[in-house]
Amino acid sequence: MNEATLEIPCEIPAGARNPVEPFLRMDRMPHIWCPGCGIGTTVNCFTRALLGSKANLDKVAIVSGIGCTGRVAGYAALDSFHTTHGRAIPFATGLKLSNPELQVVVYSGDGDLFAIGGNHFIHAARRNMDLKVICVNNLTYAMTGGQTGPATPTQVISATAPYGVFEPSFNLVQLAEAAGATYVARWTTYHVKQLSRSMEEVLAKKGFCFIEVLSPCPTLYQRRNKMGDGLDAMKFYKQVSKIRNGAPTSECALTKAGEIVVGKFVDRDRPDYLELLRAQMTETLGDRYVEPEVVCSC
Amino acid sequence: MHADPKGILTGVHFLDGDHACCEGTLAAGARFAAGYPITPSTEVVERFAARIPTVGGLFIQMEDELAASIAIQGAVWGGAKAFTVTSGPGFSLMMEHIGYAAITETPCVFVNVQRGGPSTGLPTLPAQADMMQARWGSHGDYGIIALCPNSPQECFDLTITGFNLSEEFRVPVMMMLDECVGHMTEKVIIPEADAIDVTPRRYTKRTPQEFRLFEPQADQVPDMVRAGEGYRFHVTGLTHDERGYPSMNVETQDRLVRRLQDKLKPMANGRALCDTADLDDAEVVVVSYGITSRVAQRAIKLARQQGVRAGKFRLISAWPFPAGRIAALAGRIKAFVVPELNLGQMVTEVERATAGRCKVVPVSHAGGSVHNPDVILKAIVEAAR
Ligand SMILES: Cc1ncc(C[n+]2csc(CCOP(=O)(O)OP(=O)(O)O)c2C)c(N)n1
Ligand code: SF4
Ligand SMILES: [Mg+2]
Repeated sequence: MNEATLEIPCEIPAGARNPVEPFLRMDRMPHIWCPGCGIGTTVNCFTRALLGSKANLDKVAIVSGIGCTGRVAGYAALDSFHTTHGRAIPFATGLKLSNPELQVVVYSGDGDLFAIGGNHFIHAARRNMDLKVICVNNLTYAMTGGQTGPATPTQVISATAPYGVFEPSFNLVQLAEAAGATYVARWTTYHVKQLSRSMEEVLAKKGFCFIEVLSPCPTLYQRRNKMGDGLDAMKFYKQVSKIRNGAPTSECALTKAGEIVVGKFVDRDRPDYLELLRAQMTETLGDRYVEPEVVCSC
Repeated sequence: MHADPKGILTGVHFLDGDHACCEGTLAAGARFAAGYPITPSTEVVERFAARIPTVGGLFIQMEDELAASIAIQGAVWGGAKAFTVTSGPGFSLMMEHIGYAAITETPCVFVNVQRGGPSTGLPTLPAQADMMQARWGSHGDYGIIALCPNSPQECFDLTITGFNLSEEFRVPVMMMLDECVGHMTEKVIIPEADAIDVTPRRYTKRTPQEFRLFEPQADQVPDMVRAGEGYRFHVTGLTHDERGYPSMNVETQDRLVRRLQDKLKPMANGRALCDTADLDDAEVVVVSYGITSRVAQRAIKLARQQGVRAGKFRLISAWPFPAGRIAALAGRIKAFVVPELNLGQMVTEVERATAGRCKVVPVSHAGGSVHNPDVILKAIVEAAR
């Protein structure tokens, strides 16, 4: 990626524009996210990755579910879809299959992707659907007021667990690997350079790719758990994160205050859904097989 | 425009309703289907799965009906004509995405081969008990179109009509089959491609700079675009303005939601699809649809033989309900008789349109078989008294 664009000038020269502006719907600013929220940081990293990837932005589509993170699609100056709660992945599946030249990015929250949408996640990974899934994990259902989600660690106080969460949580990176993802990484919003690089890598990689980004929700998660503000979250991430590229995902479970293992854990190649389909059909149908031309000629 | 000959099996066939429906989707230009198996509907996608690799398209079996009903919408925004197929329990699961298709004005087709309910009910036996759910099943106010074929031939023909209407009005269209129509086998004539009309998607001619995604045209329907063409558009299930941007205020909500219903007004009366006979001198009119209309046909004939002037009013498009046409009849007949395989659904619409100006007699049936025509006959004869 272009390191120069990350330099923040001390004085902003007249007429200067933020290099991420072309990637955003500036006519929708200001956004709805709270001060100190990490979602904007991840979006910033995503725009840097798009910039670095030199992708033709007309051919990049972004699909979100519902939640604070689900609003990302609405701010990206791309073909963008804000779908229903949990269903970004199956929507993206239809979009990708009908128009395979699109690079389809799914951008959503931990609750959306792993509670109501968990089934779709594992099946898309199993099929190796060519989707790039970015999960902003703020360890809670933020949009609805900070309830327990499938990624909320035990001992955390949430709106629906006022005496502390006792259900075990998912280890998202392990789940993604087990289900078949070809690329699995985890970063926090403290690791902006690494996150941008990972995002850029998945934009160049075929198959079902998954990036988990731990991201602060000062308004709901941290406040209830006396964990300070957005800056405190950065200090916390800095303190407890340990970069271990290639670490076995089974060793990367998260706890409320313990170590956060970050890094790229999985980077492997498997034929994707469309390749598998083509291989099977050509084997069984030979010349009778007609390449899908799903886009309506009319 | 004419249908694309690639998908069309021109000729005379012996097909069941489910298979005929599948051929209808191919003739209509559908090249993408997503489904989840459920009796008695699965044959539609089983045939599609067998046919589509040699036509040039895709079928994907999804992990559930929620996935299937939104995958088709992703495919539509990618540029495809797309549909899903289900029955009772699966139809219930699809409701949220019928609402999504309604508010995002995504043209797509939902085939529901009805079986007995509620819940798992009668998986292998007919019913017509999802008629209200088809209209009102998702939350909020919106409009849809529902078509009710009563034969395999109509399963073919009306599926094409359904796709065409979904493009014209940009609404989800429900194909309301039932187990009997889906599984009965009859002659189906598939015409030449150039004898089949398909409605192309109305893509905008504007440039990305001029274009606004939800700006209604003269017919209240916005023009469309597809992903990947440089429009960089935004689609959301939130209440949105003409640009497609979320807008949480009373005025935008009112404007949007009213338009979602109003754009279907032409389908309510003038363009409603109705099959009528013997109405001119009728004293009793039998309102029916789907498989029940074929049983009713016999009852009407027997009634006429007994000297009762019975007429036929078959709903081909059940939604929007042709209230004006029913109302016009109400002033000059003694009674409507409404047999249906449920405990009284479309009959309430007949009552509403009639507004007390004639009798309305339901002939209900909890599902599991068709009516005995004698029961309908008895209702006609009594209503004529
Ligand atoms: C079918 C359905 N159920 C529930 C909701 C309410 N809801 C909106 S967002 C959300 C949780 C979002 O959590 P997450 O995906 O983690 O996103 P975050 O807000 O934390 O970014 C819920 C439960 C909904 N919109 N739709
Ligand atoms: S509630 Fe939490 S996740 Fe949502 S915008 Fe505010 S800080 Fe971010
Ligand atoms: Mg969350």
